[in-house]
Amino acid sequence: MILMENVQKSFDDNHVLRGMNLEIPKGTSMVIIGGSGTGKSVGLKCILGLIKPDAGRIMVDGKDASKGDRDKFLARFGMLFQGGALFDSLPVWQNVAFRLLRGSLKRPVEEAREIAIEKLRRVGLKSDVADRFPAELSGGMQKRVGLARAIAAEPEIIFFDEPTTGLDPIMSGVINDLIREIVVEMGATAMTITHDMSSVRAIADNVAMLHDGVIQWTGPVSQMDSSSDPYLEQFITGSAEGPIEAVR
Amino acid sequence: MNLLAPLGWLGRITFELLSMFGAVSLFAARAISHIFRPPYYPRELMISLLNVGWLSLPVVGLTAIFTGGALALQIYAGGARFNAEAVVPQIVAIGMVRELGPVLVGLMIAARVTSSIAAEIATMKVTEQIDALVTLSTNPMKYLVAPRVLAALITVPVLVGIGDIIGIAGGYTVAVQNLGFNPAAYLRNTVDFLEMRDIVSSLVKGAAFGGIAAVMGCYYGMNSGRGAQGVGRATKSSVESAAILILAANFVLTGVFFSL
Repeated sequence: MILMENVQKSFDDNHVLRGMNLEIPKGTSMVIIGGSGTGKSVGLKCILGLIKPDAGRIMVDGKDASKGDRDKFLARFGMLFQGGALFDSLPVWQNVAFRLLRGSLKRPVEEAREIAIEKLRRVGLKSDVADRFPAELSGGMQKRVGLARAIAAEPEIIFFDEPTTGLDPIMSGVINDLIREIVVEMGATAMTITHDMSSVRAIADNVAMLHDGVIQWTGPVSQMDSSSDPYLEQFITGSAEGPIEAVR
Repeated sequence: MNLLAPLGWLGRITFELLSMFGAVSLFAARAISHIFRPPYYPRELMISLLNVGWLSLPVVGLTAIFTGGALALQIYAGGARFNAEAVVPQIVAIGMVRELGPVLVGLMIAARVTSSIAAEIATMKVTEQIDALVTLSTNPMKYLVAPRVLAALITVPVLVGIGDIIGIAGGYTVAVQNLGFNPAAYLRNTVDFLEMRDIVSSLVKGAAFGGIAAVMGCYYGMNSGRGAQGVGRATKSSVESAAILILAANFVLTGVFFSL
């Protein structure tokens, strides 16, 4: 279980998180929605320790995320970055098997390559992609490679940062379905950040809406449409009228 | 109030410079400490050795040979004013080994290697590749910075040594082919005149300049701002700082080797 208690983070005068409280039960898929610049990625990066919160507490399975062995802690996570964040100096298979080629999860090169090719297949890519470089792939293929990398070491917790941004609706649907299948198949705890309501409906067990640095609404995805919360309602309908200012 | 404004400005600049100096020093100390602590990334080191050392050879060689040749012509022309044309081999040797070899190689490395390191790491930063490294349990200081700094510390002295030899060869070629020097006498004068201290100072300067070039590239890359502008600014600042620090370090090291 991931627990965020009163997490706060400011960048100079910009108070991004003003006391974020969130609970993600083990084995469930939580989707965080909210407008651009509301701090969704900052919250996620705080959990991973990429950004240090100014205040508050983050617990993962009852242990303080900021304490203990960082390598062991991070070995439990997989992450799909918004832009893929693939290492462009490495071929695709080495990107996917990055964790398996070094550090505590190191395997023999042949075995790591086999696992990478199997994971590429799992995300719908053929083995001939393995020796290509990320720059030679389309945006959708890069997302899939990023997804394959996120699941390569079979992590217990997977984060997806805007997995469908920049993709066409069909590819978005493919990625959403893949994420849902993989999360269910692996029994992993998932946290996804998105603006895309079709992703929310495809991926989420639970939804949380972040606005103005705090969680404005949270609940099961099945209750999202019947909620009377005006912020959530405006976000779902995409209306310019409502409590959320259209120009931020 | 207005009278004090320039003082405030001066103070702010001074604090910023000191803060920057402290940050770079701490970064360099961390980079060097990571060279000695596992895990090690031999593949990254090999790639860096290739990029910093082997692939810099053409630019270093061309710079050195033209500089050596020009130096021979200048010394000959200058020496002719007081009948001292014969000192060409000695002055070319001492000029190349003590000063021009290390400084020109250092500046070439700053132009070629510092800029490429800064641009590469800054691009990795703005495309979240550095964050991705961290989430994949890999310390960017160990994976990106330490191999590049170590490669520069190893290869730049070698490049300086090669640059010194090629520079002297450039001077030799011009002196023998154009100025009528006796080949055997030129070589003998060169070898006899150089001291071990000259060679050691050249190689030590090479290591120092290599370290400066790599550290500045890595520092500005890791601390780059956002977007294409951030990458551009990081690259420009890294080369400017590396070049200035190399020239300043050259002055200090020359003082240490030849004034004490």
